Amino acid sequence: MAKIDLPITGRETGRVPVQHLDTNYLNVTKGALSWLLTLDHKRIGVMYLIGITSAFAIGGLAALLFRLELFNPGMQFMTHETYNQFFSIHGAVMVFLFIIPGIPAALGNMVLPLMLGAKDVAFPRLNLGSFYLWLGGAFFFLWTLIDGGLDTGWTFYTPYSSSVSSTAVIQATAGAFVLGFSSIFTGLNFIVTIHKMRPPGMTWHKLPLFLWGMYATAVIQVLATPVLGITLLMLIMERALGIGIFDPKNGGDPVMFQHFFWFYSHPAVYIMILPAMAIVSELIATFSRKHIFGYKMIAYSSVSIALLSFLVWGHHMFVSGQSALAGVIFSAITFTIAIPSAIKVFNWLATLYKGSVSLETPMLYALEFIWLFTIGGLTGLFLSVMSTDVFLHDTYFIVAHFHYVMVGGTLFAFLGGLHYWWPKMMGRMYDEKFSQAASIIAFLGFNLAFFPQFIMGSQGMPRRYADYKPDFTLYHQLSTIGTLVLGIGILMIVYALLKSLRDGRKAPANPWGGATMEWDCPSPPPHFNFEHPPHASDPYDMERVKWDDEVQGWVPVPGYQSRIQH
Amino acid sequence: MSNDHGHGDKPFLAHHFEDEDHQFDSGKLGIWVFLVTEILFFSGLFCAYAIYRSMHPEVFVFASTALDTKWGAINTCVLLFSSLTAAWAVRNAQLGQNKRLIMNLALTILCAFGFMGIKYIEYKHKFHVGLKPGTYYAPTDEAYPGHAGLKAQTVAFVAEEGQGQEHGAGEVQVPAAAEHPAGEVTQHGAEGEAHAKGHGAPWNDPTVPVEVRERLKIFFGIYFCMTGLHGIHVLLGIVVFGWLLTRAIRGHFTPSYYGPVDFSALYWHIVDLIWIYLFPLLYLIH
Amino acid sequence: MSSTTAHEHGAAAHGAPAGHADHGAGKHHALPGWLLFGTWIALMALTGLTVFSAQYDLGAFDIPIAMTIATIKAFLVMLIFMHLAWDKGFHSVLIFGSLFFVWLFIGFLAIDRGQYQSNKDQFDRNKYQSAPQ
Repeated sequence: MAKIDLPITGRETGRVPVQHLDTNYLNVTKGALSWLLTLDHKRIGVMYLIGITSAFAIGGLAALLFRLELFNPGMQFMTHETYNQFFSIHGAVMVFLFIIPGIPAALGNMVLPLMLGAKDVAFPRLNLGSFYLWLGGAFFFLWTLIDGGLDTGWTFYTPYSSSVSSTAVIQATAGAFVLGFSSIFTGLNFIVTIHKMRPPGMTWHKLPLFLWGMYATAVIQVLATPVLGITLLMLIMERALGIGIFDPKNGGDPVMFQHFFWFYSHPAVYIMILPAMAIVSELIATFSRKHIFGYKMIAYSSVSIALLSFLVWGHHMFVSGQSALAGVIFSAITFTIAIPSAIKVFNWLATLYKGSVSLETPMLYALEFIWLFTIGGLTGLFLSVMSTDVFLHDTYFIVAHFHYVMVGGTLFAFLGGLHYWWPKMMGRMYDEKFSQAASIIAFLGFNLAFFPQFIMGSQGMPRRYADYKPDFTLYHQLSTIGTLVLGIGILMIVYALLKSLRDGRKAPANPWGGATMEWDCPSPPPHFNFEHPPHASDPYDMERVKWDDEVQGWVPVPGYQSRIQH
Repeated sequence: MSNDHGHGDKPFLAHHFEDEDHQFDSGKLGIWVFLVTEILFFSGLFCAYAIYRSMHPEVFVFASTALDTKWGAINTCVLLFSSLTAAWAVRNAQLGQNKRLIMNLALTILCAFGFMGIKYIEYKHKFHVGLKPGTYYAPTDEAYPGHAGLKAQTVAFVAEEGQGQEHGAGEVQVPAAAEHPAGEVTQHGAEGEAHAKGHGAPWNDPTVPVEVRERLKIFFGIYFCMTGLHGIHVLLGIVVFGWLLTRAIRGHFTPSYYGPVDFSALYWHIVDLIWIYLFPLLYLIH
Repeated sequence: MSSTTAHEHGAAAHGAPAGHADHGAGKHHALPGWLLFGTWIALMALTGLTVFSAQYDLGAFDIPIAMTIATIKAFLVMLIFMHLAWDKGFHSVLIFGSLFFVWLFIGFLAIDRGQYQSNKDQFDRNKYQSAPQ
């Protein structure tokens, strides 16, 4: 292994630190086995990135196809049964293979140890194990696609999934089961890493907000996902043996299935959004050149969202046969969960206020997130009111709501984080103008795709329907066009990032001026990250770094004394 | 290629930890978080059990007569003993007593095999008498043996009026031509017919509605899921302790490096804990 | 939450005597043999008690008594065999916290099911109305 001349960080020495490494974690060893058997969290992160992007492509393609079918009323090139398969595959692949693992696996794995000045996560072999479990789950889903598909919806409701559907339900649920364990072990790893591998001086209140978000996410992963595991196992038993827990044909209770399923799946949506919010906190602070406003409120709101998320699952079940009493309780508690989310949005806005805002690509995504998540979150509040939800449940209103939060929220924040940390991960800068344009096109396409869905949903257009009354045609057409525009935007994004690998300018250690620890090591980092963990300071003390024209990046201010009291 | 070990004299200290203490603490927290996930994992089955038993207690009372308390109690003792040997193995490792460590690890594994052996006996018997899960449930006459003095609670099927009635002192009717417990003759006749809709009639009386009798198979669905999942965890424990045993024989564990023994023992105690609750819930219902 | 950092760990370890105190307080102390053995005896006795008491019909107290005995056994295993009595408090928080979530799950479901059980019973009755016996 090549010996890197130290010092790498400039904090202690006052000299401009090493900016870019030609020999780094990506190429320090070569060959397929050195990747497939790696214990390096950064390589694992890259492998995950490739995996989840591929899953996104499959899920996205499925969506594109059925949105083309929906362009006009009547059936054009699908049958009703095929349509059911397409939306089920779209949902299952996107939820289980892309969005739940997404940010923690691809970005979290890459960045978390770097932000802690650590050499790796607490359990590197478990980390690799998590990746192979993800691959295993992906394999089961591929098997599902080949062996009859899935038409139950990603929610697998009984009794359709247990005794009526003739599709590959068992393979799909087995895949989700395996993916669940991937998620659990990642969460476990992150919890222990954050507890035990912080650098000197990094108290809990000096933890970057990205890590608070990852920690809260990990808590949910560890508590909720096992319940999904047992639910799916019992569903497989129900389908294979007819044990009679969930299927009324055998004496079971389908509402109980929904309770079991949503006990996990509601907290799961917070697994999806908390990392996204965590990224946005980082982006807003860095690109406003300002200390994040309300650090403690944002940190605690992440934890409170994680805990509250376990108390509201019944709001997915208002019309399921659940009792009115349970409905009222769940509805009331759901109102409260809007509060910590709103707290975050207000703190971000307060951070922007009087900040020195620049609109690089990551910041564009962060601002787009705030817009899209606010809409998504507010519409969630409409749905939490039981009396309105009774009319809106299973309409396109719901579809629009969750796409605003999951795509507008999580995907856009993921893209923001990807663009933010891309120079660190790959050592290359991408074409800024092109990427900004791609971001805006994706944003416009997304809104065109999903805003009409709110309207038609409130007018009664049901979800998961292959055909519809001609009254809704305009909305469907707008939505399909929007989907195509979004698709173009995403292709542009991927193109720009891939192109940067070959043509991009070599990245400095700190291209954006962030004050968190990952910017103290070169881009890309060496295999071992840091020789010793740097001493922690306030993660949002922007004055710690200054622009250096020579390296075209930000460097630590020598001899800097922080004026921030802790 | 990643060279994650190699602090010279400490071959098992991973490179990303400061020292052995750091590694131990991290591993300890890690295993406790994992045990949390195990608890949540089993909770689904306990939940299904709790709901079904509270809604249909009579089903559980009757169905558990098919389970042999003796084997359940022996299994409980076997697991408790194995918990002792596992905890003792940790002590041996901490004190550097390698030979005793090996012995206790081996004993733990033996107990685990013993547990699985008894499970095999129980399952084999159940399959033999047709007590299989789900749609394969087809009890033979020997499936529900009568027990002298056992009083079956034949709680009435929810009547049209929506009122459940509990009859405490019904007598178990032993099916078909099987033996009658001495001195306890079942009396049905007119009483049976009058209760034909489920008011106080014993279980295998053909006048009891089939939807009531069919619920028995749900008990066995839950039984096989719970004990089966638990059994899988015991098997995994055998694998883990087997791995520990080979490492102990090679002398890997010292008073300053015994984390794997400690953490595996914690896993084993959780397996024991689950059984501590399974045993009364499944076998000791009256 | 633990505020121990990696650096502090390193410092503490270098300060401690090599080989870690076997009998001192703290995470590395080995439990005395009599304590382990005695706990096991207690567990066996409690098992005997629960089997014994199960032979008697105690009406509504059947389940609470069995569960209480099981819980006492569980506490013995957790506090002594699993070392929780001497461990960091956080580990206890983890376990009892998770049990809180289990209780939440079961509790909510039981409440809801209790409310709609009559629907299910109605369904079951209707299902078998026309079914062949």
